[in-house]
Amino acid sequence: MITRRKLIVLLPAAALAWKYVLAGTPETAPNYNRSEHWWGMLLDIDKCIGCGNCVRACSTENNVPDGYFRTWVERYHVAGWEQETPQVDSPSGGIKGFPPSRFEGGKNFFVPKMCNHCVDSPCTQVCPVGATLHTPDGVVLVDETYCLGCRYCIQACPYGCRFLHPTKHTAEKCSLCYHRITKGLTTACCENCPTGARQLADLKNPDDPIHEFLRTHSVQVLKPHLATGAKAYYHDLDGSVR
Amino acid sequence: MPVDGFMYPNEIELQWSVLIVVYPFVTGLVAGAFILASLERIFHVTAVKPTYRLALLTALSFLLVAPLPLQLHLGRPERSLEMYLTPHTSSAMAMFGFVYLWYLMAVILLEIWLEFRQEIVLLSQSCTGAKRLLYRVLTLGSSNISEGALRVDDKVGWVITLIGIPSAFLLHGYVGFIFGSVKANPWWSSPLMPVVFIFSAMVSGIAVVLLLYMATARMRHQSIDMRCVDTIAQYLLYTFIIDFGLEMLDLIHRIYEADESFRSLDFMMHTKLFFSQVVLQIALGTLVPILTLGAIQMFHVPEKLRKIAYAVCGCLTIIGIFAMRWNVVIGGQLFSKSFLGYTTYKVDLISREGELIAAGLLVLPFMILAVLVKILPPWPKSEAASAD
Repeated sequence: MITRRKLIVLLPAAALAWKYVLAGTPETAPNYNRSEHWWGMLLDIDKCIGCGNCVRACSTENNVPDGYFRTWVERYHVAGWEQETPQVDSPSGGIKGFPPSRFEGGKNFFVPKMCNHCVDSPCTQVCPVGATLHTPDGVVLVDETYCLGCRYCIQACPYGCRFLHPTKHTAEKCSLCYHRITKGLTTACCENCPTGARQLADLKNPDDPIHEFLRTHSVQVLKPHLATGAKAYYHDLDGSVR
Repeated sequence: MPVDGFMYPNEIELQWSVLIVVYPFVTGLVAGAFILASLERIFHVTAVKPTYRLALLTALSFLLVAPLPLQLHLGRPERSLEMYLTPHTSSAMAMFGFVYLWYLMAVILLEIWLEFRQEIVLLSQSCTGAKRLLYRVLTLGSSNISEGALRVDDKVGWVITLIGIPSAFLLHGYVGFIFGSVKANPWWSSPLMPVVFIFSAMVSGIAVVLLLYMATARMRHQSIDMRCVDTIAQYLLYTFIIDFGLEMLDLIHRIYEADESFRSLDFMMHTKLFFSQVVLQIALGTLVPILTLGAIQMFHVPEKLRKIAYAVCGCLTIIGIFAMRWNVVIGGQLFSKSFLGYTTYKVDLISREGELIAAGLLVLPFMILAVLVKILPPWPKSEAASAD
């Protein structure tokens, strides 16, 4: 039987627990189990045509403010042996595609960029309040209701994937369309890529074609010397890409 | 915003503004001033005794202002308390609140209170009205100023100073670590960064106390204790040589190693940072003071000229150290992490993170010091007696 004394103890505890439940419950599909997934992304340089569909789709899906990018596309031109000084451009992040190149000859290719959802992410490490976090299914997210806007994470990201939202004043980045992938959908960028240059990969799913691809193709991550455990895998990444 | 070459699209806007330049500059002055104070207390350098109390009050004045630039810089300043309530243990920045509070509460405030306790008690008895109430509050209910009690104060003060020295190193070394541990940024990422920050802090702190001592003596129409300023200048020179040596070691290491970031950093040194780094920081802010102070050590220089030289060197040192902070904080954001392009920092005059606010934050500690000096006069007792 619940006495008044017990009730006095239980009520605040229950209120706290309920607040925690409300704050921490992710928006998920009924059957989605976060411990059964480990998300990454495959980006195929050979297939990217620089159309900018992915950037537009991301911008629309996630309400990305003008002039900031959760994903963008870079165009590389490498004339010859000078791998260290490629010509790179990304007008408006490639959101409207690319104008004709002013270069002739050499290597020309597009590189889609996004958050690498690193396993040992420097951004998560430096956040002073833990507002940037790893989900159990391998996605790096920002809790905008908690972020201080100190921008240390933006400084710590080696890939330039983060920005301070101009009106929310909190850090923002690619969420791997977490609201979609936890409902069994793919990301907006992957869904809208006309050539399949971007493919969402579930590294814990043994049936995911990513495993076969990783076994049989040349794959690289960006800036591997920084040992961030990046999970954005690039197929046929040129050595000139930074 | 003018961009040369290619930058990742999100990099074009600089994230850390002039306020984040002010923050390590102010913190450095705190640590440096405290370490100068400890020279007399721990290392028995009696010549600098006239500056002991002034150095403590200077450290407190700057320490009170230190968190303001950070607070003003936050995108969501109303959430800053979360850093204390739910700190993320793997974050160097999360430790700021604790290091700061430790230094403020356990070191500076306690040491100042113990140092001034006798005067506070005497003033609480001799003053009237609001002043009496203020001093009575400041006694914290402890009005025992017997010889035995003062001896205990002295011993406890000594212990606190002893703890304070590594704490000062921790306070500013930690600020250096904030930058030095960012592996994404080769301009910052260096294990030498905390050490360079500590020594540059000592240099700036010693210089500011030297200037303040000379200025306040002049304002009070008191003669400057030349033995004191000569000794301070000597310590300024020694610390400066170590600081400059460390900075040059870092620079030479970068040039010799010439890793993938070298081309970018070299370009910046020759263009965007040429004035602030080569002219202001290295030439005017370091070499001129070192050579001048060195010359004073080697040759006989008349007292009047020495005073002028110390004042000029002090000012140049402060400018040089501010330039150093600028070059670290702003310089580290002017180049792309792709090493293929550069951006420009244009500071507004009037905005939340603009020049006016930054200037205000640099002036504010001196205003606080003026008030503190009125409440707790740091001048030597003999001088106070002669003034009466």
